[in-house]
Amino acid sequence: MNDMTPITTTLKDWETDQEVRWCPGCGDYAILKAVQRTLPQLGADPAKTVFVSGIGCSSRFPYYIESYGFHTIHGRAPAFATGIKLASPELDVWLVTGDGDGLSIGGNHLMHVLRRNVNMQIMLFNNEIYGLTKGQASPTSREGTRSPSTPYGSVDHPARPAAFALGSGARFVGRGFDVSKNLPDVLKAAHAHQGAAFVEIFQNCIVYNKDVFDAFAAPKGAEDRQLWLQDGEPMLFAGGTQGIALDREALRLKVVDVADGDWQSAGVIVHDVKNRSVAHMLVEMPFGPFPMALGVLYDDPRPTFEAAVAEERAKASAGKEANLAKLLATGQTWTVSGTAQDPI
Amino acid sequence: MADQAVSKPQAAVSSNTPDAVVVRFAGDSGDGMQLTGGQFTLSTALAGNDLATFPDFPAEIRAPQGTLFGVSAFQINFGSREINTAGDAPDVLVAMNPAALKTNVEAVKPGGLLIIDTGEFSKRNLDKAKYATNPVEDGSLAKWQVLAFDISAQTIEAVKPFGLGNKDALRCKNMWTLGLAMWMFDRPREPIHQWLRAKFAKAPELADANIAALDAGHAYGETAELSGPLKQLHLDPVPSAPGLYRTITGAEAVAMGLVAGAQLLELPLFFGGYPITPASAILHHLARLKEFGVTTFQAEDEIAAICSAIGASYAGQLGVTSSSGPGIALKGEAMGLAIMTELPLVIVNSQRGGPSTGLPTKTEQSDLYQAVYGRNGDAPMPVVAARSPADVFECAIEACRIAVQYMTPVMLLTDGYIANAAEPWKVPDPATFKPMPVSFLEEKNAGDELLPYKRDAKGARPWIRPGTPGLMHRIGGIEKAVDTGHIDYSPGNHQAMTDARKGKVDGIDVPDQEVALGETSGKLAVVGWGSTYGPIHQAVRRSRAKGMDVSHIHVRHIWPMPANLGDLLRGFDKVLVPEMNTGQFKTVLRDQYLVDAQPLTKTSGQPFQIAELEAAIATYFDGVPGDAGGDEIEPNLQQLPSVKAVNP
Repeated sequence: MNDMTPITTTLKDWETDQEVRWCPGCGDYAILKAVQRTLPQLGADPAKTVFVSGIGCSSRFPYYIESYGFHTIHGRAPAFATGIKLASPELDVWLVTGDGDGLSIGGNHLMHVLRRNVNMQIMLFNNEIYGLTKGQASPTSREGTRSPSTPYGSVDHPARPAAFALGSGARFVGRGFDVSKNLPDVLKAAHAHQGAAFVEIFQNCIVYNKDVFDAFAAPKGAEDRQLWLQDGEPMLFAGGTQGIALDREALRLKVVDVADGDWQSAGVIVHDVKNRSVAHMLVEMPFGPFPMALGVLYDDPRPTFEAAVAEERAKASAGKEANLAKLLATGQTWTVSGTAQDPI
Repeated sequence: MADQAVSKPQAAVSSNTPDAVVVRFAGDSGDGMQLTGGQFTLSTALAGNDLATFPDFPAEIRAPQGTLFGVSAFQINFGSREINTAGDAPDVLVAMNPAALKTNVEAVKPGGLLIIDTGEFSKRNLDKAKYATNPVEDGSLAKWQVLAFDISAQTIEAVKPFGLGNKDALRCKNMWTLGLAMWMFDRPREPIHQWLRAKFAKAPELADANIAALDAGHAYGETAELSGPLKQLHLDPVPSAPGLYRTITGAEAVAMGLVAGAQLLELPLFFGGYPITPASAILHHLARLKEFGVTTFQAEDEIAAICSAIGASYAGQLGVTSSSGPGIALKGEAMGLAIMTELPLVIVNSQRGGPSTGLPTKTEQSDLYQAVYGRNGDAPMPVVAARSPADVFECAIEACRIAVQYMTPVMLLTDGYIANAAEPWKVPDPATFKPMPVSFLEEKNAGDELLPYKRDAKGARPWIRPGTPGLMHRIGGIEKAVDTGHIDYSPGNHQAMTDARKGKVDGIDVPDQEVALGETSGKLAVVGWGSTYGPIHQAVRRSRAKGMDVSHIHVRHIWPMPANLGDLLRGFDKVLVPEMNTGQFKTVLRDQYLVDAQPLTKTSGQPFQIAELEAAIATYFDGVPGDAGGDEIEPNLQQLPSVKAVNP
């Protein structure tokens, strides 16, 4: 995000006149609304906001937000966004990508935008499938996923977006899902973070991978399967009857029962968004034996890339004059005098 | 062809002094031949001779010592007349080891001078160079003048007082050799002394040792223990236009031209690059020019490099990226996006031998098709080609102009030869450049409506910076509706937008084609582009001197081409197109103008020689007096009328 004078807008101000072309029931609608609800709350200025995307269903997103928008090429949105931020650091840049765009063809760029720490919000819509190309297995598809390209079930191991982001050097990792009422809060935290803020958003592809996240996202029993992390709060779920503790012998997380709300004696960890070691465990925490970790998993800012570039430029330019004539005449020179007979 | 033209033996360096001399320094990659050549170039420029150089080095950073593929060479052609090429056959070859001799000696003019360091001619090094017997002793060098002695020992002796180890002492060999060359061509050593002191400021003993080696080499020539083949030559300064001069390489010229272009546009310059030979030098130069508002971004790959540059252009800066053939191939999809979104962008392509990795350090012009046609869809893009290191400067400014005025990516073609070669350059006065300030759209351009794709008289859409209040809009790679820029796949719209993009590029204001040398019509036009300028120009000059009706046309604007080019070509009976590829520009010319352009191609990784072009031209002029198949052509004598030889 950026320091800007907050301006007053409503959800309507962020809607374009373009017909939204996602499939009816697509999780993208919910994410779009969540973003359009969040932007007014941030005091964002449509003129200073840029949505940049790659290719895929998710990457149509910019067309539906009344701001500046750049729908680029497959996987490369982070590179465009980096150029935009270096040229105009005052712009508030949101990057929209998907599991195929961001982790397959664009995995390289995603890694570098994160490790450089370019100041922007990166929303990766993870639906574990290629939607726009009609349902092939994606890099986040679970093993055994049957699809037109994997008729006997996929055999490769899925990538874990949050773990990838943290491993790439991300200083903010958040998680949410399309229809969650908490998604705007995760987005607000991402926006408040100075630097590359990575948010994995589980998104339901109604046509090619329907309800694949129901195990934790379905309203029924959600309490038992969702761990919403809050900085400074114990990692509790299931109505406070269970929590996450550290198995000190094995150096890994474990689920513990909490009796009578006494989470301290159960050894439940207090979430510290700046604790990178625990963040590494949270992004690797397997759903099933554990609940799905959601919310802000990690948030520990450090100086941004564009600030470092600007600072270096200022330092390197200090006391130097941008004198083109002098530049052209640098190096060892010589002077020819007299009349030209046979000019070069 | 080449052999015929220069087959008559002649003393290259003798009292029969030429007005131009070609010297080639060749040694192992670790022998410092490029440094030697660079310093010799500088002293040549300071002496007021015109010059052109050709560094030729292996792709390996440190190839195994003494091997044939580890030979690094630097050729310089300098003289008291105008020089356009690095020269054909060397008059003098300095060979620092057997491998350097073996790989270079056949190029030397018969009668030319070989200076050989016998200190390196051990059995082991001879084996590495695949010599069965020592060429210095077996008589196989009989057609040249040979000056063979132990330079290594001379160097060790010279630097003895400084207490260097044997290895460090031998590192001074290149300076000893340079000293000898300085004597041969009557050059002051003081600039080299200064340079060495600056270079070794932190290790003064190394500076002293190198200076001692340089002086010893010079003294060796002076005391003339060798009265035989070694003569001192003084080449008069070239009479040239008064003014301030410097030497310039193509890579420097690209960097400075882009900075100048950005200043004239009054825009910050954003350069996204990724290391690749021979383009990296542009990134290196620009990275040091931050005070000119330059941002350089070393991206994670070629694709990210161009995408970041497009992002910067979208945000209102002058986006630039550069690469060489394989990297340009990677950038192709993003160029299409820049064409579709109609954003300005300059893409510099320092061509090298291909396909694939090809010849990373050798020159070629084989990316012409890639530049003109190499993208998916109908993706017209302007292409500008520079003819020499100094010419790159103007071409870079021209590329910036077209990119911004027509809201389009533009490719600037140079090549490995131009990037590395140096030539004297009369430093221009920026006050004489024409400013071309950019205007961004600041308010809606159709009443209450914003039309991001409303075109101006040139067919260009407005440039709208994100951050501008009230002008929010969306762009992308999907086909956009006329005027509004909304997504629109409809048949009529795609036809209209395809036509609009083509029309815009076709209509770019390109100066009329001039004739570089000769008449505007006649028997033969030799049509070139890019770095073949020098050899074509000299070959045409010599042929004309022999009475042949031949003209030289050199095309800068490859796409779109100058409006008069077709008529100009039709004014000649024959059109010959020499290229360092298999005939790409020839094909484009045939396609555009239905002219019977004939190819003359070369893909050896080496520039054309004047003689081979001359021989090709001669085939069009059977029966012309003075021409008998090239045998009687004596290039040096032809062009070397006024020289003063100074024998010690």
